[in-house]
Formats: sequence, structure tokens, C-alpha cells
Amino acid sequence: MITAGCDIGSLTAKAVIMKHGEMLSSEVIRASALPEKSALEVMKLAVEKAGISMDDIEYCVGTGYGRKHIPFMNSTESEIACHGRGAVWQMPSARTVVDIGGQDAKAIRVDEKGNVERYEYNDKCASGTGRFLEIIADSLEIKLDDMGDISGRGSEKLTLSNQCVVFAETEIISLVNEGREIADIICALHQAVANRAASLAKGILLTPDAVMTGGVAKNSGMFAALERALGVKLHRVDNPQINGAIGAALFAIDALELLKKNGETADPAVSGLKIK
Amino acid sequence: MFVSGVDVGSLTSKAVIMKDDRIVKSVIIKSKARPWESADEVMDMALARAGLDRKDIKNCVGTGYGRDKISFIDEAVSEIACHGRGARWLVPSVRTVIDIGGQDCKAIRLDAKGDMMKFITNDKCASGTGRFLEVMAKVMNLDLDELGEMSARSKQPVTFASACTVWAQADVIQQLNDKVPIEDIAAGVNNAMASRMAILANSIGLENDVCMTGGVAKNNGVVNALEKHLGIRIKRIRREDPQIAGAIGAALFAMEKASGGVI
Repeated sequence: MITAGCDIGSLTAKAVIMKHGEMLSSEVIRASALPEKSALEVMKLAVEKAGISMDDIEYCVGTGYGRKHIPFMNSTESEIACHGRGAVWQMPSARTVVDIGGQDAKAIRVDEKGNVERYEYNDKCASGTGRFLEIIADSLEIKLDDMGDISGRGSEKLTLSNQCVVFAETEIISLVNEGREIADIICALHQAVANRAASLAKGILLTPDAVMTGGVAKNSGMFAALERALGVKLHRVDNPQINGAIGAALFAIDALELLKKNGETADPAVSGLKIK
Repeated sequence: MFVSGVDVGSLTSKAVIMKDDRIVKSVIIKSKARPWESADEVMDMALARAGLDRKDIKNCVGTGYGRDKISFIDEAVSEIACHGRGARWLVPSVRTVIDIGGQDCKAIRLDAKGDMMKFITNDKCASGTGRFLEVMAKVMNLDLDELGEMSARSKQPVTFASACTVWAQADVIQQLNDKVPIEDIAAGVNNAMASRMAILANSIGLENDVCMTGGVAKNNGVVNALEKHLGIRIKRIRREDPQIAGAIGAALFAMEKASGGVI
């Protein structure tokens, strides 16, 4: 039984292929302006990597903000549900999931099966989302991926007084002009983003174990800052960025099993995939 | 007896010289990187234009975000108090003052005597402040004044999913790429600004007369949209430029002080 999960985010597109509930392959690409194109491209890469063909996928669940535009999905699930499910699959003791995405942030409390009990979500304000990091990386002319390493060379001697991304950007430019170390500035930035995301987690009554998912979790500086902001030990999962896609592939298993129980197969007309 | 008020804001700095309850000279400049440089320059310009010298000024009150860093002032007074006092001088019947500054916004309620009853301010989020308009004007490649005037020509103003400046900016870029008429985007921007400001104003309760101070008060698109959102008429300030209301208030406090009063 081969299933797939496809997570089309604002910045990246992710695909995961599973066989009998074990991961066969995964891919992450930078999202293009067209979600349909990103979805096809990332799934094609994942299929190649798994050494299978598109036709072998029996069921695909789409998630992420571009989920409705995935041409080959059989059904969709919310990002919240997928991140909860994926996190418990990656780490069975996880009960709180903090996910910082490209343009949103979420804190999710889950039960032992990965079902969502409660969540808080922010996509109304750029502060506390990956976009904050991206904007500052642009204005400091450094790579987003380098921010973690750079912050590792700094210390926590600075604090940003502004929470708003627009005001913080001005504040950061002033700090640079004052001759402050970039590494210290990035540390302060990480803490500001983390504090904002952590305030969501407080709204769901944080329950251990806590894990961080989303591409931002790969930034070691952000990870440490979030741990400080939450005040509890934060656990790593092996694949934070594809966590949502893993959850989607798991939902695909459920859906497929239900179909098979009823003696049906996924409708290829709906899916756009040729399913045997 | 000459007195002066100087209001050093994040975007512009204003100086007002008064004599006997009348404005002798007022100047608005773009703020410099350092508040004290802005204060020196705007005050010296006002003095030069009035043909006066610093020693002719009996008392000077400073206000605005940079007020604590101005060396030549006799006293610093909060922006809220100065805007309330300035608005009262400009429109004696005013009871509610809505001030949109370069990076904050405030709503102030005054009692019948002109004393401040309550106020609310937002300086935490760029949305609903002058900065929001500034960011949008920049991506639209328009002057702030042009942005304001464009609303009138719009037939179908755009709407934004979020009030956040960052997200709205991304939406505007998308709309420009999609060839949405620029006046519809401008009107949407002004509406978004007004709706954010209306939330703040409504939270302290409105009482007539309502007037607007600060540079954004000169943006008809925002003022008209705000009237719609609030369902109330905003009394236009005609006596002087609404942007200098804070500096006028500061000068009035200086007058009081110079006449032996306690601020």
C-alpha cells in the first residue's frame, strides 16, 4: 500500500511517499508562484527518489495553504491536523507541537494518537512567523539558512523592543548603524520571533513533550530561542520540515484503508492520478 | 512675549512660535536620524523665518517621541497632552481627537473644559499608523499625497485579508502584478487604514465633535473612509495645518508656563 502526502506551503513545497506506513522518500523544494506547478514538481522528485511511478500511489492527501490546487490529491486535510499527526508519528511522546511556517505559526495540543485536542493559530500578523526572519535576512543581506550558524557566534545581550516586523526592521537597521554585532542582532531577532510563537503555545496549555516542526526548526538559533521562550525542554524530530507532509501521508493510509474496507478504490477522476 | 513648541516625531519634526495666542511662525521638516538634530534644525528655521533669536523665546516645550533628547527645551510634555491641547485650540468644540502619527496612532477624549478624560494609543503595530501608508505608497511608487487623493476615483476598492502591514504589502504587490487599477488599490489601502483606526477610536467611545490631527488628517481618502467606518462626521481643521497640532499644544503649554502657570 503506497500513499503520499503533499504539503504546499507559502515558501516551500514538500512531498512524502509511504509504503505500508514506512517512509519511502521525501522531497522539499522552494515553492513557485503557482501551487499546481510546485505540487507536480515536488511529487515527481519524490516518486523518482522512491523508485516508483506516479501510478503506484494509491491515495494522496494534500495539505498546506495551497492544498486545494494540488492537481493529483484525492482529498485534503488541514495543516493543523497534519502537523499534529506527523509529530506523534515522528515522536510518539509528543503532546505539544509548535510549528513556525513561512507565513503562519501554530501551537497544537495532541493526544497519543496525534488527534488535535486544541490549537492556536496566527496568520494575521507577520511577527512570530518565518516571514519575520526572511525580511530581516533580506535587509541584512544574509541567507536565511545561515541565520542559525550566525546566531551561534553571538550572545543574548540585545533585546528588540519592537514586536512588529515593520518597526523591528527599522530598529535592526539602527542597531547595525550603531555598530552592533550582526550575530547578536540575529540572536535578539530569534528571541523576538520565538517569544511571539511561544505566546500561542501558552494559549493551549503547554503539555510535555513539546516538539518544534516546520522548516524554521532547522535553524538551531531559533530552536534554542523557542526552548527559552517556552520554558520547557523542546524536542527535535528527525524531519521537522516535512512533518506536515508525513501527517498527510498518514491520513492517506486511513482514507485508503476505509475505501478498501468498503471494497472501493480512490477515484482517479478526482485524483488526476491513474490509480490501478 | 514669544513662546515655542517643538514636536519631534519619527517622520517629521514641527516647530511653532506663538505670541499672545496667535501663531507667529510654524515649520515642518523631515526628521533627521537624531532627534536633537531635528529639534535644532526645525527650531532654528522657525526662528529665522520669524526674525527671532533663541533668547527671544520666553519658554519652549518639547513633545513627540524624541522630546527627552532635546537640549534647549524648558519642559517636556507628552504627545497625548499636547495633541489634546492643540486640537482644542484649533477646534474649540472638539471632544474626541484622533491623531495618526508616523509610527503610532492615538484617540483622545476631552471633557467640556478640554481636559483629557481618557486616551488609547497604538505604537506596537505598524498597521493603522502613518508607517502603513508610507510602506504602501512606496511599493505603489506614489507620493503620500497622491495615495490620499486617489480614493475618490476608485469604483471597486480592494480588500485585504489581514491588517498586517507585511501581508497587505504582499497583497498590494500581487494586485499590481494582476493589473488591478491603482486607484482601487489606493482606496483599499486608505480603507484598511481607516478600519484599523476605527477599532481604536471606537474602543474609547466617540463624542462630538471629532477631529483628526497629524499628517494623515490631510489624506482625504483616509478621513472620508474613517467617517464611514465610524458613522460620524469628522470636523475638518481649517485654522492651521493639522500636522502641527502637537507643536501648537506644546507652545500653549509653554505660554501657560511663561505666564506663571504650572503644567
